[in-house]
Amino acid sequence: MPAALAVSGLVKRYGAVDALVGVDLEVRESELVGLLGPNGAGKSTLVKIACGLVRPTSGRAEVCGARAGSREARAAMGYLAELFRFPGWMTADELLELHQRLAGSRGGERERVELLELVGLEEARRRAVEAMSKGMQQRLGIAQALIGSPRLLLLDEPTSALDPVGRRTVRTLLEELQRRGVSVLLNSHLLSEVELVCDRVVILLGGKVVSAGTPAELERPRGVEIETSKGKRTYLEAGRDDVPKLIAELVRDGQDVYGARVLTSTLEEVYVEAVGGETS
Amino acid sequence: MTAVLTIAGYGLREALRRKVFVVVCVLSIAFLVLYWLGTRYAFHHIAGVVPPAGVDAQTFAGAFLFGMAMFGTLFLGVVLAIFLTLGTVRGDAERNLLQPLVVRPIGRATLLVARFLGAAAVCVPYVLILYFAGMLLTRLEGSWWPDRIVTPGLELAAGVLVVAALSLLGSVFLSSIANGIAVFMVFGAGLVAGLLGNIGHVLNSSGLIHAAKIAAWIIPFEALYQDALRGITEKTSGLTGFLLRLGPFGGAEQGGVGLRLWVVAYLVIVGALAIAGFVRRDL
Repeated sequence: MPAALAVSGLVKRYGAVDALVGVDLEVRESELVGLLGPNGAGKSTLVKIACGLVRPTSGRAEVCGARAGSREARAAMGYLAELFRFPGWMTADELLELHQRLAGSRGGERERVELLELVGLEEARRRAVEAMSKGMQQRLGIAQALIGSPRLLLLDEPTSALDPVGRRTVRTLLEELQRRGVSVLLNSHLLSEVELVCDRVVILLGGKVVSAGTPAELERPRGVEIETSKGKRTYLEAGRDDVPKLIAELVRDGQDVYGARVLTSTLEEVYVEAVGGETS
Repeated sequence: MTAVLTIAGYGLREALRRKVFVVVCVLSIAFLVLYWLGTRYAFHHIAGVVPPAGVDAQTFAGAFLFGMAMFGTLFLGVVLAIFLTLGTVRGDAERNLLQPLVVRPIGRATLLVARFLGAAAVCVPYVLILYFAGMLLTRLEGSWWPDRIVTPGLELAAGVLVVAALSLLGSVFLSSIANGIAVFMVFGAGLVAGLLGNIGHVLNSSGLIHAAKIAAWIIPFEALYQDALRGITEKTSGLTGFLLRLGPFGGAEQGGVGLRLWVVAYLVIVGALAIAGFVRRDL
């Protein structure tokens, strides 16, 4: 089975500006990949090429084996733009119905009700978009992206307007989608969100992939912290394998050991290291 | 086909919910009331006027007033067509309304064709209703019927479709405001071409008439309007016929089958350019 998204040697130039300079990336079946990078790194351009809104200068991008932007590729994916807007005069139900028709979905009312329930908007079915809060609109946007049960979901900053509870709803939703076999490319600035839900992380900088791997692969050892009757002590050069030896030495030394923790870098530290402190 | 109907229906529902139809209806009724008052006073007035020799006052007044109503109809139809289409591509893309639709598997060409058909579904009936209402009011007050009843109305509607197509083409490359201004200016240029033709006829200047004709065919809504004007007085001859050929806003000129074929080709060319531009556009 082809990858949900396969990108190789992708280049995009806007006039004299290089937005992407040879990006290789793959999102496999049921995989949730986080796309990170400072503003202007090329994340949104990459997502837009994948969903056919932007044409690549060169390189290859395929969605479920079909050329990105082709009818087959668009039929296999759902997309939520970063700065999307829906017509304010439409109700949530009408909007989903419009997208069902455009996507060729036969899910009917049942699909619409299920999707609204999934994003916690079942009570707002008949409410006009213009009467919804930004957070509700964002959740409606996610429901819209899920119309027609896409194999690949491209989410560009889906939690930017959500409060902590809304973010948690989306996180739970992403986990549920993963269980259903949906592949997701999640473009987000919220590192904690990405760290919590993503199988792999890709960091872009200046249109290039500067770091990629599972959160565990990207982690760097930061020593071992041991709590004893004399307080906490950090052994910076030690690793996981050194823990039993360290504890034995401390016990021999007559100290009571209450706990030991292997320290690793957070995704935030990995990210800052990868982008060299660049912001935009 | 389903996608075309869905998008066209979306455009119609938007116009309905945004109260575009209410505004258009109210203003159109105001226009018709004013026109009715004008024809009423004009026909009452000419009843007591002795016209110059060779001029049929009733026919002249009827055709002149109705020609004016036709211009008003064309103008209102053009305004409606422009406002329904001016932001179709770049305007909607800048407001981030277009992207969620374009990523659906419907094709950009389908989207553009559907928006054109949606605009046509509003503008064509509107123009025809206004045209026939004006005709009935003229008949009511002046007992005058145009020589051709249906064709001129259809030509006005086709003229509005030409403007809608130009507006859609402009929307691919220009922001909403720039496109609106550009299309109104093109419409103004057509009006000027018609007036130049008038002056050419009065001065009997073949060069001016020729220039006006070329300009009217480059922007064929003007040529269609002139052919429609010609249609309402097709059988009127003599001094009355000559005066009426000058028309109220642009002279009456016969376009014939050649013009109609050109308009079809023009719509296809403009549509093809719009689709080619849209397909290549990054959103």
